[in-house]
Amino acid sequence: MSTADIAIIGAGAVGCAAARRFALEGAKVVLLEKGADLLSGASKANSAILHTGFDAPRGSVELACMQEGRREYLAIRERMNLPLLETGAIVVAWSEAERAALDGIEAQAIENGVTDVRRLTAAEIRLREPELSRSVLEALLVPGEHVIDPWSPFLAYLIEAKTQGAELRFSTEVLGGDFDGEVWRLSTSTGEVRANAVINAAGLYGDRIERLLLGDASFEIRPRKGQFVVFDKAAAKLVRSIVLPVPNERTKGVVLCRTAFGNVLVGPTAEEQEDRTRATVEEATLKGLVARAVEMVPALAEVDVTAVYAGLRPASEEKGYRIRVEAERRWISLGGVRSTGLTASLGLAALAVRIYSEIGQGHAAAKDPVWPKVPNIAEHLPRDWEQSDHGEIVCHCELVTRREIEIALDGPVPPGDFGGLKRRTRAGMGRCQGFNCNARLASLTAGRFAAPLAKDEAA
Amino acid sequence: MSVPADHTNVVIVGAGPAGLAAATELKRLGVGSVVVVEREREAGGVPRHCGHPPFGMREFKCVLTGPSYARRLARRAARAGVDLRLQTTVVAIDRDGDDPAVTLTSPEGVSAVRAERILLATGVRERTRAQRFASGDRPLGVMNTGALQAYAYLERLAPFRRPLIVGTELVALSSLLTCRAIGAEPVAMVETGAGPTVPEVYMMLPWLLGVPRFYSAEIVDIFGAPRVEGVTLRLAGGGTETIACDGVVFTGGFQPEATLVRAAGLELDRGTLGPSIDQFGRTSDPRIFAAGNVLRPVETAGWSWEEGRRVAGFIAEDMKGLLPVHQGAARLRPGPGVRYVVPQRLALGGGGLSQLQLRLGARSEGRLVARGKGRELASAPVAARAEQRVLFRSDLLGPVSGDVTISLEER
Ligand SMILES: Cc1cc2nc3c(=O)[nH]c(=O)nc-3n(C[C@H](O)[C@H](O)[C@H](O)COP(=O)(O)OP(=O)(O)OC[C@H]3O[C@@H](n4cnc5c(N)ncnc54)[C@H](O)[C@@H]3O)c2cc1C
Ligand SMILES: Cc1cc2nc3c(=O)[nH]c(=O)nc-3n(C[C@H](O)[C@H](O)[C@H](O)COP(=O)(O)OP(=O)(O)OC[C@H]3O[C@@H](n4cnc5c(N)ncnc54)[C@H](O)[C@@H]3O)c2cc1C
Repeated sequence: MSTADIAIIGAGAVGCAAARRFALEGAKVVLLEKGADLLSGASKANSAILHTGFDAPRGSVELACMQEGRREYLAIRERMNLPLLETGAIVVAWSEAERAALDGIEAQAIENGVTDVRRLTAAEIRLREPELSRSVLEALLVPGEHVIDPWSPFLAYLIEAKTQGAELRFSTEVLGGDFDGEVWRLSTSTGEVRANAVINAAGLYGDRIERLLLGDASFEIRPRKGQFVVFDKAAAKLVRSIVLPVPNERTKGVVLCRTAFGNVLVGPTAEEQEDRTRATVEEATLKGLVARAVEMVPALAEVDVTAVYAGLRPASEEKGYRIRVEAERRWISLGGVRSTGLTASLGLAALAVRIYSEIGQGHAAAKDPVWPKVPNIAEHLPRDWEQSDHGEIVCHCELVTRREIEIALDGPVPPGDFGGLKRRTRAGMGRCQGFNCNARLASLTAGRFAAPLAKDEAA
Repeated sequence: MSVPADHTNVVIVGAGPAGLAAATELKRLGVGSVVVVEREREAGGVPRHCGHPPFGMREFKCVLTGPSYARRLARRAARAGVDLRLQTTVVAIDRDGDDPAVTLTSPEGVSAVRAERILLATGVRERTRAQRFASGDRPLGVMNTGALQAYAYLERLAPFRRPLIVGTELVALSSLLTCRAIGAEPVAMVETGAGPTVPEVYMMLPWLLGVPRFYSAEIVDIFGAPRVEGVTLRLAGGGTETIACDGVVFTGGFQPEATLVRAAGLELDRGTLGPSIDQFGRTSDPRIFAAGNVLRPVETAGWSWEEGRRVAGFIAEDMKGLLPVHQGAARLRPGPGVRYVVPQRLALGGGGLSQLQLRLGARSEGRLVARGKGRELASAPVAARAEQRVLFRSDLLGPVSGDVTISLEER
C-alpha cells in the first residue's frame, strides 16, 4: 500500500479547499469523507455569503483566513466559472439602540481593513432598497459583501485536486488510527489508509477525531443550528443588498438576501443543540422567519415559499477557529469553523500549507495547473437551457436540462447521493420541490446512488 | 433574451385537458394556426399519470383511465391540425409590441413565437412539504401525489413501500389507489381537520383497505436518513403517536401553476393564486386568456376541458372583434365566508361563462349574497364543503359595475 503525504479527514468546505491547495503544492493527498458526497456535513447548508470580515474579531485567525480566502476566491473564480453576485450588504438599524451601535461597527470595519464602508441615511436606504420597511432608521453599507454559489466552488476544488492526483474517498469513515513516529495508519470503513501527515477538517466531529486519533481533544464542538426559508424567485426583485441586522455576541442574526439561484432567503436562526447529525426544520421557527422577513420587506407577504432547510454550525465552546498543530505527530486541526467557513476555506487551506511547510516535508508545486471549469448553475449567468441540444428540460422550475444532469452524473467527481446531484444541478430544488421531476430523476439516476430515489420497481 | 419570433394566430401554453380542448376547438372554428406548447414528453397534462378512472365521460361519453384519456385528447387535437410542440417550455411571456410573444426552450435551443392571442392552460400543482412548513428531517421519500403518480405510471417505479398519506381531499384517495398499483401499503391517513374533506362515504375506501385514519392530527416530526423512517403525530387529545413508515405523501392543497402569470406582470388573484380573468377568460392583458385549473384550485379534468373549449370560442370571437371592451369591468370579490370567486371581473354587456365559480372557506350552509354599492343584487341558497364546487349564475346579478362582493350568510 502506498503512503500519501497528507490525509485530509472531511470533505466539507475546509477539507475540499485544503485538498486542492495541498495537491497544487505537489503533495500526494488522500481525502477521506464518511458521507457519500462532498459537503455532506455543515457545509451543505449556509447563507452563501462571501464575507469581507468587516465584523470579525480584530486580529483573529478567523479574520485573516476570511480575508485571504475571499481574495483568493475573487482571483480564481472566473477561471473556474464560479459566480459572484455583487450585492453589497447593509447593516440595518431598526431601533435607536441599534443605531447607536453602528458607530462601533463602522470603526471595527475600518480597523479590519474594510475601508469602503459608508453610512446610509433613511432616505438613501429608500432609494437603494425601495421595498424595505419604512421603519429603518439608518444603515452601514458594506459594498464588498457578496453572494456566491455555496456548492460549486468546492466541486471545482475537488476536480482540481483530483486532476493533480489527489485520491478522493467518499463513504469512508475514519474509525481510528495511530502514528508510529513516521507514518499515520488510519483505519477506515473502507480499509487502512497511510499518510505522513493528517489534516483534521472533520467539522462537527473535529473534537471527536482529535480524541480518537490524538487521545485528547483541544476543543469541544457545540453544534448550533440555523434554519432558513427560501422565497420564490418572484422575490428577487424586492431586495438588492444583503440585509444584515446589527449583530450580537452569539450570532450575526437573521439575514435577508438574494441567492445566486435567483431566490431570496431569510435566516439563519442560532439554536444550540447536542445532536451532531439532525438538522431539523421546525414549523414555528420557520413561520417566525417568514414573519421576520415580511417585517423587513412587506411585499414578501405575497410571495410563495420555495424551500426550507437547516444547517449545523461546527461551533465550539470558544468563539474563534480552533487550530491545533502537533508538530511531532504531523497533525493540523482546522476546527471550530463555525459560521464563516465558506469564505475562509481557501484562507484556512493556505494557513495549513504554511504550517505544514514547517512541520512536514517540502514538495515541488505543480507547474502548470489546469483550471477546471464547473457548469454554471447561477441564475444571473447563461444556463444550459439557453443552448441547443440540451436533451430536454428535466426540472421545470429550475430549468435543469438532461445534459446538465448527465454531465454531473458522468463528471470527474460524480454525486454520491441525490443531495449531491441537487447541489450540482439544482434539479428538484425549485418551487414544486419535485412534483414534476422527482420520478423522472429517479429513472435518470437509477444505479448511481447508494440510496436510490426509487426503492423498487413497481410491483 | 431576444430572438426573432415566428408568427402564429394563437399560442396555447400547456397541453392538458384545457389546452388541448381549446386548441381543437380553435381549429374547428377555423382559426389558421394554433400552436400548443407542452414541456413534457407527452401531451395530456395531469391525466397522463392518473392511472385510474373515471375520465372522459363528458368528452368521449365513456369511462377511461387518465392515460388513455390523455392519449385520446392528444390524438383528437393532432387530427384537428393543431401544431403540438412537445418538450418545449415557455420560459417567459413578452407583452411589449402589438402582439405578445412567448420565449421557448426546447432541445433545439431558445426560440420565440409571437401570436395574436395567448392562452394560458398551465394547470395546478399540490402544495409542497416546504410550503406547509412540516417539521423534521428532509429525507428521501417525501413527495406530493403528482410525483407518486409519475413514479407509478410514467416510470414504473416505487418510491416507498409503507407511506403515510397526508390529507383527505379526493386526490388523497387517488394516492391510495396509486399505492395499490405499485404494491405499496399506506400505514395511515392523517388529516388536520376534524373530519375528512371528501364526503364521509368516500372514506369507505381507506376503511376497506384497512388504512387507519387520524383526524385533528398534525405532523410534528418527520425523521430518518437517508430515507424516511417514521413520523410523529400530535393527536387530537394532545398526545403523540409515532408511526413507522418509509414515505410521506402530501396530497392536495392545490395551487395554480401561475409562475408565468406573475413573471409577465399579469394581475394575480389572492384568493385563487391564479390570474384574474373576466367572463371570457381574459386576463388583465386582453390579448392573454386563461382556462383550466390555472384559474383556481381545483376542478376536474372534464370541467377544465369544457372550460378550455368555451374560452377557445371566446378567443375566436375576440379575433373577429366581437368581444365587449375590456375596460370598465365590474370587480367581483369574495366576502366573508367565501374563499374565491372566478371570474374576478365582469365586462359590460354580459355573455361569456354563465356561472361564477366559488369555494367556501369551510363547510357551511346558508345564503350567498351579492352586494354592490351597498345594495343586495342577488342571493342564492348554498350548502357545501370546503373544497366543493359552488356555482352562482352571473345573470342573476343583472348589469353591474364597480365592486361586487359575494359573501356567505350562514343560517
Ligand atoms: C446556518 C449557517 C450559515 C452559514 N453562513 C455562512 C456564510 O454565509 N458565509 C460563510 O462564509 N460561512 C457560513 N457558514 C459557515 C460554513 O458553512 C462553515 O463554516 C463550514 O461549512 C464548515 O466547514 P467544515 O469543512 O469545517 O465542516 P463540515 O462541512 O462539517 O465538514 C466536515 C466533514 O467531515 C466529515 N467527517 C466527519 N467525521 C468524519 C470521519 N470520522 N471520517 C470521515 N469523514 C468525517 C463530515 O461528514 C463532513 O463532511 C454558515 C454555517 C451555517 C450552519
Ligand atoms: C396529482 C393530481 C391528481 C389529480 N387527479 C385528478 C383526477 O383523478 N380526476 C380529475 O378529474 N382531476 C384530477 N386532477 C385535477 C387536474 O388538474 C385536472 O384533471 C386537469 O388535469 C386540469 O387540466 P388543465 O389542462 O387545466 O391542467 P394540466 O392537466 O395540469 O395541464 C397543464 C399542462 O401545462 C404544462 N405546462 C405548465 N407550464 C408550462 C410551461 N411553462 N411551458 C409549457 N408547458 C407548461 C404542463 O406540463 C401540463 O401538461 C388532479 C390534479 C393533480 C395535481
